[in-house]
Amino acid sequence: MAIPADELQAGHAVANLLADYAACVDSDALERWPDFFTEDCVYRITSAFNYSRNLPIGIIHADSKRMLEDRVAALRKANIYEKQGYRHIVSVPRIGRREGAIVEAEAGFLVVRILAEGSFDLFATGRYVDRVDFAAGKPRFAAKIVVLDSEKIDTLLAIPL
Amino acid sequence: MSSSANARGLAIWPEAGLTRVPYALYSDPAIYGRERERLFMGPTWNYLALECEIPKPGDFKSTFVGDVPVIVVRDADGRINAFENRCVHRGALLCLERFGNARALTCVYHAWSYDLKGQLKGVAFQNGVKGAGGMPPEFRRDEHRLRPLKVESFAGLVFGSFDPATAPLADYLGPEIAARVRRVLPRPVKVLGYYTQVLRNNWKLYIENVKDSYHASILHLFFTTFRINRLSQSGGIIVDESGGHHVSYSMVGKQGGDGEYAAAALRADSDQFGLKDPTFLSGRDEFADDITLQILTVFPTLVLQQINNCLAVRQILPKGLDRAEIVWTYYGFEDDDAALVAMRLKQANMVGPAGYISMEDGAVGAFVQRALPGAGDDRSIVMMGGTGAESQPTRATETSIRGFWKAYRGLMDV
Repeated sequence: MAIPADELQAGHAVANLLADYAACVDSDALERWPDFFTEDCVYRITSAFNYSRNLPIGIIHADSKRMLEDRVAALRKANIYEKQGYRHIVSVPRIGRREGAIVEAEAGFLVVRILAEGSFDLFATGRYVDRVDFAAGKPRFAAKIVVLDSEKIDTLLAIPL
Repeated sequence: MSSSANARGLAIWPEAGLTRVPYALYSDPAIYGRERERLFMGPTWNYLALECEIPKPGDFKSTFVGDVPVIVVRDADGRINAFENRCVHRGALLCLERFGNARALTCVYHAWSYDLKGQLKGVAFQNGVKGAGGMPPEFRRDEHRLRPLKVESFAGLVFGSFDPATAPLADYLGPEIAARVRRVLPRPVKVLGYYTQVLRNNWKLYIENVKDSYHASILHLFFTTFRINRLSQSGGIIVDESGGHHVSYSMVGKQGGDGEYAAAALRADSDQFGLKDPTFLSGRDEFADDITLQILTVFPTLVLQQINNCLAVRQILPKGLDRAEIVWTYYGFEDDDAALVAMRLKQANMVGPAGYISMEDGAVGAFVQRALPGAGDDRSIVMMGGTGAESQPTRATETSIRGFWKAYRGLMDV
């Protein structure tokens, strides 16, 4: 895909990327999840409280695609958690600055968590603060900061948001 | 050891002493109420804040002791005071914000206001309106104040106690625990961020989990798979004289044999795999003592964590019989260089609700809680490492869990 020529093209491209991203996570295709990111990406889950105060701690904090691959490997092979899945509802993205091949975008999301025994809850709400890199043809996240509206996490956060 | 009935006569502590823990302690409402009265509002020191969270006069933080809302504030003299967060007039919460700065604390309901020492200073319409209404002459503002807590700081940690008779904080901690607290708080602290983990279990199940070094390499497979820590590393458990506080630590460079693992054929040893990006494991020996892990508890509900360079305060808050919260405060030091901050942030991936080596802790207490309905007067078995609650040079023990119950029983009379 070419670098978007205008905001309309950028919005369309980022919306498609977010739709693919949500479908990947929600269908448990986590092995493909790191491919949505650049090699030297930043992926961080934080809270609006920390984000607004520039407090840098993350619930997950990765500064390479390889760390995301490790996260998936750990979820598959090491970590123990009740079988669960997500349903992401992602808003239409707001397009911010465009610099060369980078497009900044924000989108709101809701994530419902469904446990294997059938119960489900609204697990997380927040926004994605993204930098999308179009340089390599296929758009990928150079940075994805997941800013949770609440800082309370119920029980555990295994599957990425 | 003699048996004694609790408030409702349900959880009678067995003759087997500390090695048998009645499950009713996690499900009996009478126990929960007694904990508030005898532990949290009794002669214990409870973590309130880091001094650096309220650096300036007027800075306040709202928090909890047990489930009791509390305000901690720095007054004009620079002293830190703490009160129950409850207006004396009609009992509304005074502080609704988590952090803030104020010259006085004013209740939104009827605008009764207090100075930063907790003294009632203002009563709206005290003399009525146009000569009518108002408070009777016998009402005196100076007879009313917010219920105070005794406050002491140690190594930058602020503690409060509702009971004026609580022993001085340094005596409460004792020299061994105090030294280990100072070890991870040697310099001015800088907060790196917060989050809260909601647990669907009684608060004591999490405290037991923290004190349980036995489970660490068994439940948390990441830990052992990547050889970050093993029971066979050298280390041990320190339990203070009261039993209530503990330190669990392990050290690198003095590896023991791995034979006991092979013999036990634990899941933890199966399925080796490598990390693609192991950079977060290359920490710094910042305290220059080869100790890579120190988990410390102060009775009843404070946890201080050092896992490599990932430092955090965990404040455990009961939120009802079957609900609790862990308030995580991650910190470094004011003089940290950028590389050390980056390492702390990366290593934070190991802990918390999404932690490689701890996410299971968020769920395992709920696995116990969900299994309680049929437990009746049954008891858990806490015999690893013997029957006492003394310090031990091994982490394959439950001595510090027994220590918790020793201190708990002393105050709770169960």
